[in-house]
Amino acid sequence: MDLRFTPEEEAFRDEVRAFLADKLPAHLSRKVKHGLAMTKADMEEWHGILHAKGWLASHWPERHGGPGWTVVQRSIFEDESARANAPRIVPFGVNMLGPVLIKYGSDEQCQRILPRILDGTDWWCQGYSEPGAGSDLASLKTSAVRDGDHYVVNGQKTWTTLGQYADWIFCLVRTDPTAKAQEGISFLLIDMKSPGIEVRPIVLLDGDPEVNEVFFTDVRVPVANLVGEENKGWTYAKYLLTYERTNIAGVGSSIAAFDRLKSIAGLLTRGGRPLADDPLFAARLARIEIDLANMATTNMRVIAAAANGGAPGAESSMLKIKGTEIRQAITALTRRAYGPYAQPFIPEALEDGYNGEPVGPEDAGSAAPTYFNYRKLSIFGGSNEVQKNIISKMIVGL
Amino acid sequence: MDFQHSEDRQMLADTLRRFLAERAPIEARNKAAYGETGYSPDVWRGLAELGVIGALFGEDVGGFGGGGFDIMVVFEEIGRALAVEPFLGTLMAGRALAVSGRTAELEEIIAGTTIVAFAHAEPQDRATGDPLATRATADGDSWVLNGAKAVVVQAEAADRLLVSAQTDAGPSLFLVPADAAGVQLHGYANVDGGRSAEVSLKDVRVEVSARVADDGTAAIAAAEAAGLLALSAEALGAMEIAKSATIDYLQTRKQFGVPIGKFQALQHRIATVLLEIEQARSAVINAADAFGGETADRALSAAKYTIGATGQLVAEEAIQLHGGIGMTWELPLSHYAKRITMIDGQLGDQDEHLQRYIALGRAA
Ligand SMILES: Cc1cc2nc3c(=O)[nH]c(=O)nc-3n(C[C@H](O)[C@H](O)[C@H](O)COP(=O)(O)OP(=O)(O)OC[C@H]3O[C@@H](n4cnc5c(N)ncnc54)[C@H](O)[C@@H]3O)c2cc1C
Repeated sequence: MDLRFTPEEEAFRDEVRAFLADKLPAHLSRKVKHGLAMTKADMEEWHGILHAKGWLASHWPERHGGPGWTVVQRSIFEDESARANAPRIVPFGVNMLGPVLIKYGSDEQCQRILPRILDGTDWWCQGYSEPGAGSDLASLKTSAVRDGDHYVVNGQKTWTTLGQYADWIFCLVRTDPTAKAQEGISFLLIDMKSPGIEVRPIVLLDGDPEVNEVFFTDVRVPVANLVGEENKGWTYAKYLLTYERTNIAGVGSSIAAFDRLKSIAGLLTRGGRPLADDPLFAARLARIEIDLANMATTNMRVIAAAANGGAPGAESSMLKIKGTEIRQAITALTRRAYGPYAQPFIPEALEDGYNGEPVGPEDAGSAAPTYFNYRKLSIFGGSNEVQKNIISKMIVGL
Repeated sequence: MDFQHSEDRQMLADTLRRFLAERAPIEARNKAAYGETGYSPDVWRGLAELGVIGALFGEDVGGFGGGGFDIMVVFEEIGRALAVEPFLGTLMAGRALAVSGRTAELEEIIAGTTIVAFAHAEPQDRATGDPLATRATADGDSWVLNGAKAVVVQAEAADRLLVSAQTDAGPSLFLVPADAAGVQLHGYANVDGGRSAEVSLKDVRVEVSARVADDGTAAIAAAEAAGLLALSAEALGAMEIAKSATIDYLQTRKQFGVPIGKFQALQHRIATVLLEIEQARSAVINAADAFGGETADRALSAAKYTIGATGQLVAEEAIQLHGGIGMTWELPLSHYAKRITMIDGQLGDQDEHLQRYIALGRAA
């Protein structure tokens, strides 16, 4: 048993740290740290910096412009980035579509699409969920009917994160309505500027239109944009989901959020003493800290197993559940730390350049919106209930 | 033993429920709650005409209720409708005025012609028993107030503010016209609807008669006790709606070819929600029953602790069991979840009340 990284891995960690210290712009890390709104330009700026270094597509092999990292290196990079309050990489093109194309796409598709993901020409979004197909994704209804060199797509996707910025959407569509649910699905790439597409924003409970509905009416999609084989889309989707769930534990970003909470608890006082000295608050903090330390090791155990060639099974579900629970507990306690000052809601104050009078302690204003927004963590990426079904199916098998 | 509300109170609840359903359904509520004024003056006037404000005060001071169960009935309905009209401030300021014998001012409040906000909490934290940072000094025929008040609910709606301030003789309460020179309001929206304001007081000069309470400590305690009961009942009402909305959804939302309520994992979750809400109802009943008596403070802390802990459970479970749709602005449920959550932070959260409960138990 040896919990330490190898000297090579330690050297890599130092390299990542030095890069972040040098290249992560302060105006971006400040926004992440204080829970301020990220603009499209912010996200593109960070992608650009990583791309220049060759570190944007950490999952991709070198021949496609990835860094060729090991699982452990990837994990070190993700943790260090999160702990330095780097913006999250927008996952749809880089972490989701990229690996699918590399494994199942044609050479032509890889050459046409991957470079444009790397250099930021194309912003991708994920068109899986539909109003009637959430946890039961295989029941999706959006149809694609072959007509010469095209598919004609009709239907609706929903919950499309940041679809308002997207140039392209990768969709699961039904190409064989007579086959069993999972067997009639195809994986199609659709230009968002195609005639017949309409995007409508969905405002979430924190007031942010972060997701969208996307409507398709007789949208013509060239057959060249079919990934892999027709009716094999479910296989590709499942492969993609394993990537969606990597770094799902979010240890690094939980550690960053927890450190922030701890410093808040040292600064804010209640009843004349720092919150950190309040026995109940201190107990809540300690429980999260212990959970987080346990999680970090669980995460490393899974990564070590993966590095030795083990296929992630129940482990990725486990990390998803525990990781999101811990993150949500941190946001709940952060909100609680501000007491009544979590209530004032001044959206302009969460934007850049706000120079109005602040209300309450620093960062009080982002605590409640972040808490409410992060309820999503246990809903998307396969809800935590669905993850428990997966685990129990594996172990009980009934 | 009888756990039915009296006929009068039941009637009051029914009337209030009908009125709010008709005049402040969720779309109208959201429009007002997240709009410029942060509440609907029309709805407020209508409720005053129905006598809802009078129900919060005893006959001795011009009302026709004022008992713990009157407050419970009214605020449970407010919670069910997510009403944002300035009831909390009215209740708290009114109760402070009532114990101080200021019936003339109270009459205007009960008639709905004057709105008074309760301005006691301050931006700076302080230890229990420490003096308020807001100071009042006697100067000839007047008092001069200086200081700041924090997150004063619906302060912008108020004609007057009932401001707590430290005098040489201890804490006291002052009735300050909202437009008095030196009073400044910095208003903002609340994340769960309605508006509040930071209030700053700079050399605010008021008449001697503006000092309403000789014993400010008792008047503030009376206001806070009523406020705790009201918030607990409001949370209870809101939790009931969140629960029924979730049950409806479990029965109608289909995935994998069946209503999701068929999944036993979810059945157990909603069962827990139900039993915890019943426990919370008992906590509020205990508090309403003890209200005004010697054991009131401990029962109030027990209730506020219970609804704080239960509230987080109910709000989080209601959203989770709805899936993505539960996070949308368009679904009324999300606004219930926000209100239920934020009530925990008002007048002391679950941890503060748990510790107060322990301290009061030791003292007894
Ligand atoms: C903020 C946000 C962003 C999103 N972004 C995207 C995106 O970019 N692209 C995309 O395609 N999708 C996206 N999603 C959709 C997300 O994947 C779905 O919300 C998720 O799959 C759940 O589906 P649902 O919302 O329809 O809930 P439902 O499936 O209707 O679930 C409702 C409840 O029932 C439970 N449940 C369902 N089935 C079972 C079962 N068999 N056993 C026990 N419990 C069960 C669920 O766990 C949940 O608690 C996003 C969602 C959110 C909230």
